[in-house]
Amino acid sequence: MTQRLPAKDVVVVGLGWTGSILSYELARSGLEVVAIERGPWRDTAADFNITTAPDELRYGIRLEMFLRPAQETVTMRNTPEQRALPIRRFGSFLPPNGVGGAGMHWNGQTWRFLPTDFVIRSHYAQRYGAGFLPEGNQIQDWGVTYDELEPFYDAFEYCAGISGEAGNLQGKIQPGGNPFEGPRSRPYPTPPQLQGYAQQLFAQASAGKGLHPFPRPSANISTAYTNPYGVRMAPCTYCGFCERFGCANYSKASPQTCVLPALVRQPGFEARTECEVLKVNLTPDGKHATGVTYIDTQGQQWEQPADLVLLCAFSFFNVRLLLLSGIGKPYDHAAGEGVVGRNYAYQTGSGSTGYFGEGTHFNPFAASGSLGVAVDDYNSDNFDHGSVGFVGGASITCAYTNGRPIAYRPTLPGTPNWGSAWKRGVKTMYNRAMGVGAQGSVMSYRDNYLDLDPTYKDDYGRPLLRMTFNYQPNEQKMANWMADRCDEIVKAMGAQQTRIGHLGVPWSVVPYQTTHNTGGAVMGTDPKTSALNRYLQSWDVSNVFVMGASAFPQNAGYNPTGTVGALTYWSLNAIREQYLKAPGPLVQI
Amino acid sequence: MTISTRRQLLASAAIIVFSRAAFGHTILGKLPWRPNEVYPPEPLGSPGWHFFTPGEAATVDAMVDRFIPADELGPGGKQAGCTVFIDRQLSGPYGTYEWLYMKGPFPADPLPSQGLQSPLTPRQQYRLGLAALNAYCRGKYDNRAFAQLDADAQDKLLDGMEKGEVQLPEFSARMLFGTVLANTMEGFFADPIYGGNRDMAGWKLIGFPGTRYDYRDVMQNPNKPYSLPPVGLKGRVSADRSPT
Ligand SMILES: Cc1cc2nc3c(=O)[nH]c(=O)nc-3n(C[C@H](O)[C@H](O)[C@H](O)COP(=O)(O)OP(=O)(O)OC[C@H]3O[C@@H](n4cnc5c(N)ncnc54)[C@H](O)[C@@H]3O)c2cc1C
Repeated sequence: MTQRLPAKDVVVVGLGWTGSILSYELARSGLEVVAIERGPWRDTAADFNITTAPDELRYGIRLEMFLRPAQETVTMRNTPEQRALPIRRFGSFLPPNGVGGAGMHWNGQTWRFLPTDFVIRSHYAQRYGAGFLPEGNQIQDWGVTYDELEPFYDAFEYCAGISGEAGNLQGKIQPGGNPFEGPRSRPYPTPPQLQGYAQQLFAQASAGKGLHPFPRPSANISTAYTNPYGVRMAPCTYCGFCERFGCANYSKASPQTCVLPALVRQPGFEARTECEVLKVNLTPDGKHATGVTYIDTQGQQWEQPADLVLLCAFSFFNVRLLLLSGIGKPYDHAAGEGVVGRNYAYQTGSGSTGYFGEGTHFNPFAASGSLGVAVDDYNSDNFDHGSVGFVGGASITCAYTNGRPIAYRPTLPGTPNWGSAWKRGVKTMYNRAMGVGAQGSVMSYRDNYLDLDPTYKDDYGRPLLRMTFNYQPNEQKMANWMADRCDEIVKAMGAQQTRIGHLGVPWSVVPYQTTHNTGGAVMGTDPKTSALNRYLQSWDVSNVFVMGASAFPQNAGYNPTGTVGALTYWSLNAIREQYLKAPGPLVQI
Repeated sequence: MTISTRRQLLASAAIIVFSRAAFGHTILGKLPWRPNEVYPPEPLGSPGWHFFTPGEAATVDAMVDRFIPADELGPGGKQAGCTVFIDRQLSGPYGTYEWLYMKGPFPADPLPSQGLQSPLTPRQQYRLGLAALNAYCRGKYDNRAFAQLDADAQDKLLDGMEKGEVQLPEFSARMLFGTVLANTMEGFFADPIYGGNRDMAGWKLIGFPGTRYDYRDVMQNPNKPYSLPPVGLKGRVSADRSPT
């Protein structure tokens, strides 16, 4: 039996990056906010203690802090005619569970998307003609522009203390930064991180090719910093335990290091952990949300009424909650109609590994999750696509995020996987291999989408989310072209031998790629092709807002969270300035 | 202390528990942790094998010593504790795939891109797989078990299993090979607290300094050799005891 709790002003589903920021800002505005999080509370002092945190087996391999598939997973297939099967062990991406969300065990590479990314359909059509876009695409403009988002990118970066070098300050190009970026209103809050030997070689080699190297913007921050919420961070020590780990140094921006200490002190705020939201409850006409139903660890269900429901459950979990709650019209692939589940996208990865001569000491263990030098010359529409014949691009980076040896054991191509020859091979190359990688955009297509699985269920008997995704010819062409560009740079850096890494096709759930899952509840200007309006408000149920990368109409050639953060502050601004004053749809159709 | 018990402890001591929602936790007003509270990994436990039979342990000893032979570069897999490591891993949640999605159906013809689709847990893989390997050896090599073959014959057999050229009776040779090799490498390179990587043999082989957690000096001196010895979560020492 479901027990009903006293009503709150706001219920936040999921206490990760977006949920913690919204909870703090709305509680500070005087609202009663409850955040419901399915995983445990986690904190730096106890859970990321320096005596336990740097444990590759426990956190990096056995994945102790991630969502366990036994609790929830998704099913997967590459094409709509195939039978989907459950991802029994997470590999390609690693979904979050617990306070801090993926924002706790992320790497911290914190980008702004480029101005053209937000108007990509109209931009390409204008520059190359509408026929240039790939077959079966559903590429769309975002309904928000870079200029509109700029103050909110700024807000997220100052919350997180991001370290970087501005490339464009109020329209003026700055030496050492990314000259392609959109104008920034002010510099990064903290200066760039130090770079290692490989990055120095990369900077020289890429500049020698006429490219424009700059330090990758990093949430592993370079100096001590106090953010606008009064929370203090300490400088990164390049320990090499970022992604998949909590940071023991208070150096990696996360809800724990940037928001929660201020949030828990807000009198109007309450968190309920180890409680999973099952659905958003609607009025009988389906037009208004009355709150959520959640279940605790003993199987007791609770109804939490609230005036405003904010879904902050991470990209595709938002989509599953919308589908299970009956909010918005589900995407019907056969008919090509409906919006919830439409335009799921991901990220390409390709590049080149270089093997250097004796006497090279790259020291890969001295690293941070977002250390690296990048070039953006081949991203978005920063170069002429007319001759290359594909849409999109990639950020190209030379980086070590870690040298943790269970997973990082480079050997020259052709070396056996075991035996004395392998031992010699790994001893020789551990310090002499480095990589240049291209992280590329993925456009949206009719055949890449999310819906509910007909066969596989969770513990409560509810259908798992089904993911139908493959890299389409456009993405294959783009990523493999980028791999060649990476290889040219690695050769120019002085590698004795290189190995090109092409895009793995078909997309496989096995090797880790990225947890940059996007789309499925996209924002836009037309309710026929978007689930949310430009303020991340559901077109159908106006007191439900949906945060996260699920709102991206397609993915750009960067990590998502800078843009996820910016959209959160953008939506918050609309909630505070418009919605709370006059609840209802913020965009009239 | 297991995660769940200390979480409950924490709930009763430090957090104001919402009276009606007693089985989630309610956090109000302050951060829910106490000074010096840490959650250590599972200790190795009592000496002796926890999962393996003596015969299985001997087979795994032989395999890990071919995967990582003792040679002029340093100790082999057995001396480095890889078998102990695997035994303890199989005794814990990894051994049963407790954390994975193991609900059926398990169709026989999954796509390679769909990854792990077998209902066999690691414990079952070792139990059935090692038995199949030894049955194969006894049939082919004059009633000798894998551990009794000479190193060359072992290498040849492992190579055939890796390439998919060897068929074991009623068990996938590739699956057994892949699981044991992956677990051996985990044991060789994981922190010594888990029973492998004894004397940090794996880390010393490649020059990984372990869990020093501060390399600002390295960043300031690019392309210089790193000379400090490795440290683990328990400092310079290896496993707190030698369990077998
Ligand atoms: C290993 C890894 C590395 C990454 N590296 C980078 C990087 O370098 N740069 C970058 O830009 N991005 C990176 N990301 C992505 C980044 O972490 C996410 O974009 C970001 O955390 C998204 O914020 P969010 O608030 O949408 O979701 P999250 O921060 O993940 O929070 C969602 C929360 O909702 C909870 N939740 C889900 N469902 C329910 C439910 N039904 N009931 C209650 N609670 C629920 C989850 O447990 C989780 O705590 C990485 C992600 C991973 C996993």
